[in-house]
Amino acid sequence: MDFFREISSKPWLESQVAIDDTHQGGAYTLPSVTIGLRIFLGVVTVLFSLTVVAYSDRMTLADWRPVPEPTLMWLNIVVLFASSVAMQWSVISARRGRTANVEIGMLVGGALALAFLAGQLLMVRQMNALGYFAPTNPALAFLYMLSAMHGVHLLGGLVAWGRTVMRIWGGHEAHQVRMSVELCAFYWHFLLVVWFLLFVWFSIT
Amino acid sequence: MVDVTPEKVEYVGPAEVPEVDLYHAKTWWTKYVFSQDAKVIAIQYSGTAVAIGLVGLVLSWLMRLQLGFPEFFSFISPDLYLQFVTMHGMIMVIYLLTALFLGGFGNYLIPLMVGARDMVFPFVNMVSYWVYLLAVLVLVSSFFVPGGPTGAGWTLYPPQAILSGTPGSGAGIVLMLVSLALFIIGFTMGGLNYVVTVLQARTRGMTLMRLPLTVWGIFTATVLALLAFPALFVSAIMMTLDSVLGTSFFMPAIVEFGEQLQYGGGSPVLFQHLFWFFGHPEVYIVALPAFGIVSDLLSVHARRNIFGYRMMVWAIVGIGALSFVVWAHHMYVSGMNPYFGFFFATTTLIIAVPTALKVYNWTLTLWRGDIHLTLPMLFAIAFIITFVNGGITGLFLGNVVVDVPLSDTMFVVAHFHMVMGVAPILVVFGAVYHWFPLMTGRMLNQAMGQFHFWVTFLGAYLIYFPMHYLGFVGVPRRYWEIGETNFIPESAESLNAFITVAALVVGFAQVVFIYNILTSIFKGKISERNPWKATSLEWQTTTVPPGHGNFDDELPVVYRWAYSYSVPGTVDDYTPQNVHPDDVVKIAAEQGGD
Repeated sequence: MDFFREISSKPWLESQVAIDDTHQGGAYTLPSVTIGLRIFLGVVTVLFSLTVVAYSDRMTLADWRPVPEPTLMWLNIVVLFASSVAMQWSVISARRGRTANVEIGMLVGGALALAFLAGQLLMVRQMNALGYFAPTNPALAFLYMLSAMHGVHLLGGLVAWGRTVMRIWGGHEAHQVRMSVELCAFYWHFLLVVWFLLFVWFSIT
Repeated sequence: MVDVTPEKVEYVGPAEVPEVDLYHAKTWWTKYVFSQDAKVIAIQYSGTAVAIGLVGLVLSWLMRLQLGFPEFFSFISPDLYLQFVTMHGMIMVIYLLTALFLGGFGNYLIPLMVGARDMVFPFVNMVSYWVYLLAVLVLVSSFFVPGGPTGAGWTLYPPQAILSGTPGSGAGIVLMLVSLALFIIGFTMGGLNYVVTVLQARTRGMTLMRLPLTVWGIFTATVLALLAFPALFVSAIMMTLDSVLGTSFFMPAIVEFGEQLQYGGGSPVLFQHLFWFFGHPEVYIVALPAFGIVSDLLSVHARRNIFGYRMMVWAIVGIGALSFVVWAHHMYVSGMNPYFGFFFATTTLIIAVPTALKVYNWTLTLWRGDIHLTLPMLFAIAFIITFVNGGITGLFLGNVVVDVPLSDTMFVVAHFHMVMGVAPILVVFGAVYHWFPLMTGRMLNQAMGQFHFWVTFLGAYLIYFPMHYLGFVGVPRRYWEIGETNFIPESAESLNAFITVAALVVGFAQVVFIYNILTSIFKGKISERNPWKATSLEWQTTTVPPGHGNFDDELPVVYRWAYSYSVPGTVDDYTPQNVHPDDVVKIAAEQGGD
């Protein structure tokens, strides 16, 4: 849909009526649920972007002290990447109609996502054990907050993931769960990109 | 301009939506309580919004009683007064107006007006309402916790919002922030529905430019809200952490009652930026649906097509975009760089252009129209007048040099109540009188409606015109009592008393309105199917109120825009969007209209 062309039309003109009468209703050929997810991810992008803007603003103040990235952060991002790869493998399997592989991909992807969340919690514990504590350091407070926000989104994704896995276990075939698997994978990739960008941001600031 | 109505086009077959797409309730609970029907959800949203709005109304009476007669009401302490101010503001802006326009009117009208059976994600839509209700309950619960609700002012500025000198700085502020976060989560669920339904679930022939402006207003406001609410969400989380965990996102190094607190280095101005990045679009989140609805009310009740439909759409989209670059005009006195002030004053002037364009188009829609002074029309005209008044004082405050002396005075209170309190509420009232027959099949009592209109409209001016004067003479806002202040004349006291009496009378008129609704639901005059002879699809359903699934087995097919009123060459002065062009010609020929 060309939004600007559409809102430039004159619906009261005869010539436009002939065009408008053939309109089928929807703006996009994509399924509504895909569009809904994309818009939601747009909202999430705004949420994280504004937090990063706040982070940048807070950085300019005198008490800002950067925090070191523990090794576990590197490991966690590798786990999240592997989780995303497994989900993508599940998508490819669904497109090829291989239900068993879809199940394996989803289970591995979900398990790795849980491992990532556990790793994030462990990272926080390590940081605290090293003597960093959020209230005294705004950089650390942002790190914890952004990690929590990201983690909560991943937990939300795991709810959708759980429903899809239940459908597979309930006997649904690959073609029946393909859409759900694709949406889960898309969401996983998005969260991977978000965490990767945040990781880069934490590293350079 | 050539109207499209007499033009014959090839027959377009009806679009059918498989019934599997529509959720059918099986029990009383799933039909009326945990309902997935957008119309039921709309009524739930509206009922909850009005209920909490009445709480906000009572709080405003209490504030006015204190201001008008400061010696009489000893139970209203300074702390309590600040809590009333804060809760009144937040309730009215977020929990009443936003919820009513988007959750109420959005849910009821979008599917019907675009020709859909329901919202595209009915389950998510249902959850949206229950999360909203939870947000309201959390907010209300703050009245009952130790220390009471927050009294930080509706802007919740740190550091004072979480310092112990401010009422409700313990549990009160935390519950407010949690409630706001819940509201935003609930709204996001609903907002996704509104946007995707408008984009994807329109019926055949319903192009974007055939949508009624009501849908355009709600759609654009929803997009704004989806982009602006994250700023409030982030600031709510950060301030909660500051309050509960002692982080210093917004809290600077500060001494409280002689004791150095653990906070240090935070930026209160950062909160202000985040808050107003949400807060100014919020004005248009409320205003744009009002703009859309009032356009349709004017067109229907003046029997004319809306003047400059295309410009009206562009203005809605343009205002929406510009609303994101004016936020810091709320912060001129925060110590910002003067060049920033210049920038935001300029963008504020620019946003007045599409806004003024809409006012001109509304006025030109009335020009030579067949104006029916029905209640919806009266409220629509009252809106135009009030919006212009409130908008003009906005130009005062958008200008840095004028804003600085008027900042934090009653002038500001008068301005924003006129422009985003009274004006949108007038549209809400007009819309209720207009669509009540659709929702219930009955008319509201006209005599009570006339009383409600005149007392509300004139009373609002008796309240807010003098309030501008109070601001000019320097009466500050949020003060429990003016006391003896050299530069404030004694007449300010009498004026305050006068305003209070006017506010109580206007408040009573709202009680009459509620009574009218409650009695008319059961005993109101039975309405015709399309009493206002409107063209848009919501009036073309086979049953009134519309049944489950909105339309019959076949969805309507749209052949024209929503503004075919008084079309030359047709007998009827309106042609519904779904009437086939052949049928229009036939009707005209049979009755000799050609």
